[in-house]
Amino acid sequence: MTDSYVVSIDQGTTSTRCIVFDRRGNLVSVAQREHQQHFPRPGWVEHDALEIWRNVGKVVPRALAQAGIVAGQVAAIGIANQRESTVVWDRRTGVPVAPAIIWQDTRTDALVETLAGTPGAEDLPQRCGLPLTTYFSGPKLRWLLDHTSGLYERAERGEVLFGTMESWLVWNLTGGPAGGLHLTDVTNASRTMLMDLRTLAWHPDSLAFFGIPSAMLPEIRSSSEVYGTATDVLPGVRIAAALGDQQAALFGQTCFAPGDAKCTYGTGSFLLLNTGAEPVHSTHGLLTTVGYQIGGEPAVYALEGSIAITGSLVQWFRDRLDLISTAPEIETLARTVDDNGGCYIVPAFSGLFAPHWRSEARGVIVGLTSYITKGHLARAVLEATGWQTREVVDAMNADSGLDLTALRVDGGMTANNLLMQFVSDVLAVPVVRPMVAETVSLGAAYAAGLAVGYWPDLEGLRSNWHLAARWLPEMDDAVRAEERENWERAVERTFGWIKPAARAANE
Amino acid sequence: MPGQVQSIARAAAILRLLASSSGRLGIGEIARSLDLPKGTAHGIVRTLQDVGFVEQDKTSGKYQLGAALLHLGTSYLDVNELRSRSINWADPLAARSGEAVRIGTLLDGKVLVVHHVFRPDDTLQTLDVGSLLPPHATALGKVLLAYDVGAANAVMQGEPEPYTRRTLVTVRTLTRALTGIRDNGWGAEIEEMTLGEAGIAAPIRGYGGLVVGAIGLSGPIDRVCDGQGHPRPALVAYVRDAARAVSRDLGAARW
Repeated sequence: MTDSYVVSIDQGTTSTRCIVFDRRGNLVSVAQREHQQHFPRPGWVEHDALEIWRNVGKVVPRALAQAGIVAGQVAAIGIANQRESTVVWDRRTGVPVAPAIIWQDTRTDALVETLAGTPGAEDLPQRCGLPLTTYFSGPKLRWLLDHTSGLYERAERGEVLFGTMESWLVWNLTGGPAGGLHLTDVTNASRTMLMDLRTLAWHPDSLAFFGIPSAMLPEIRSSSEVYGTATDVLPGVRIAAALGDQQAALFGQTCFAPGDAKCTYGTGSFLLLNTGAEPVHSTHGLLTTVGYQIGGEPAVYALEGSIAITGSLVQWFRDRLDLISTAPEIETLARTVDDNGGCYIVPAFSGLFAPHWRSEARGVIVGLTSYITKGHLARAVLEATGWQTREVVDAMNADSGLDLTALRVDGGMTANNLLMQFVSDVLAVPVVRPMVAETVSLGAAYAAGLAVGYWPDLEGLRSNWHLAARWLPEMDDAVRAEERENWERAVERTFGWIKPAARAANE
Repeated sequence: MPGQVQSIARAAAILRLLASSSGRLGIGEIARSLDLPKGTAHGIVRTLQDVGFVEQDKTSGKYQLGAALLHLGTSYLDVNELRSRSINWADPLAARSGEAVRIGTLLDGKVLVVHHVFRPDDTLQTLDVGSLLPPHATALGKVLLAYDVGAANAVMQGEPEPYTRRTLVTVRTLTRALTGIRDNGWGAEIEEMTLGEAGIAAPIRGYGGLVVGAIGLSGPIDRVCDGQGHPRPALVAYVRDAARAVSRDLGAARW
């Protein structure tokens, strides 16, 4: 018998990647292709959904060729995708009616402000687990309906379809205009603001609030089940999973038990905590989201805290201050000194996010004395990521009543040993890195493999998870408490920097 | 006697020119000063830029001497950069071999552990990044010594500590071992540091083939070696593949 494999498609913000995994969860081959970022106006970010679909058609065959396998050896396809980005396309031609509006796009800020004053706005967060902001798909879809002539009527007649990237890809993979399946999974649907977190169905009041015709919406399915069989790219192969990228990482890190948490450290960082079968509503500024749902089993929920500026602070240090020439050098520079020398950097570049939510805050560097060197600044840059992680973890512990006992990490910044040690020091729990760094793709592969019986059960997946590194807390409790207090005092100094008058003038 | 290599002489002239000029120079200025075709000057300057000897100003596009020239004597590749660039190859090596993986460089006559991936069996293991290993008694160390004559001489002139009966401590045995490593392109250590333990390592190369580190695995002798006590060929192949992959990423052309 020839070996079989699982193929994962990670449709990300900057690129589309295809990874082939074997039965032990080892990476066999990778192919990647970037797509164009369009910035037609300040605050607007768009992708060409057709370009993305064409890229899928390029990277999948390339990954298979690299692995030396044929479609017949692929047991299943799983999809992980950039979340919230919104596509509307013509059911008959398969052509998008407008460029895809990407999650970072803030064109809906005025719309969101208007909607916030509309009756029904107060019921939304409880129902969907999310605050009303530009980030999620609902407002983006409403904007498209408002700004594309005749679109609302066509949507009512079911002539155009809405989807996030996984819907768009599944529809195209299963035939497109010729009978393509129009569906989404619970994790992606939980980022639209349109789904009821408890019933996992589109909620009529939410649809009415945003003015969305239900005829254009995809069917909500679990994250791990056979949706259908591909007729294009990998004809005959079952499509068996879809998850938003951060949820896929949670799954890939095998965070299957309540209290399991992972943090993906990149440009920004995303911390997700498995809270089990009940959605936990946050009183500390976190998002409530669906973690995953396997077939007909109950959904597993998660709390999510995002940190806007982590890796991007290192990039700022490199590109704007010119103090290092490559990102890894920050560790070398930081190791030229023993501590931060009393210096703290709070990177509130565009306000503070979870758990503070202060849009008028701006970044500060405090504690400067003539003693401070660029080495101390480098330390303060890394420590900022550690303390921001701590703030989100504290909020999660408070909201969930669970106590984090270890943090599973992935992403580029996990190569930074000093940072990982510091995260463990300030959290006072072990920080662990798994052997497979590609947790987003692995999560989609796992969910797909599980659905087709390639892997037997969650326990089987857990046994694939192997520890590559572990950092244990070494910081003295008294030092941690004092540094914590200093960080908090530094954070307070960011508050209120943008004056109300200036804000009013900007609006 | 072999003749002069023209492009090296021209590269040296370009470096002298940049060193003696007060500001930055453009390609046209360099080409005119040395009476070279612009394309030739450009090719040499770009190569010098790749190895860090020349830097290009982002706004003006002009060239100046690179920071790498100021510390030619010290390691040219930052160890954290080395870890960052090799992390995606070290993990698969551990997964495929089932053994612990380390990456090391020479620091003051010792092997500095730059990166460490646990043996993938989830037993309790301690991260030993930053620790120092003896160069003459580890596979990583012997590979690094094989490509660093100065460090090798220093070790041999000192008194290498005998950790076990099999530790190489004489000039004769060490010299022979290092020659063997250069001939084969990889090295092993069998119970030379700890009884019952063995390791395999291969060199990581950067620009021009310069050895900047070594990557290797280590584990119990019965898993690392075959029945005859030789390192298992499959494991040797995994180590060499990983070393080549990192080297390719670092810009080594032929490895």
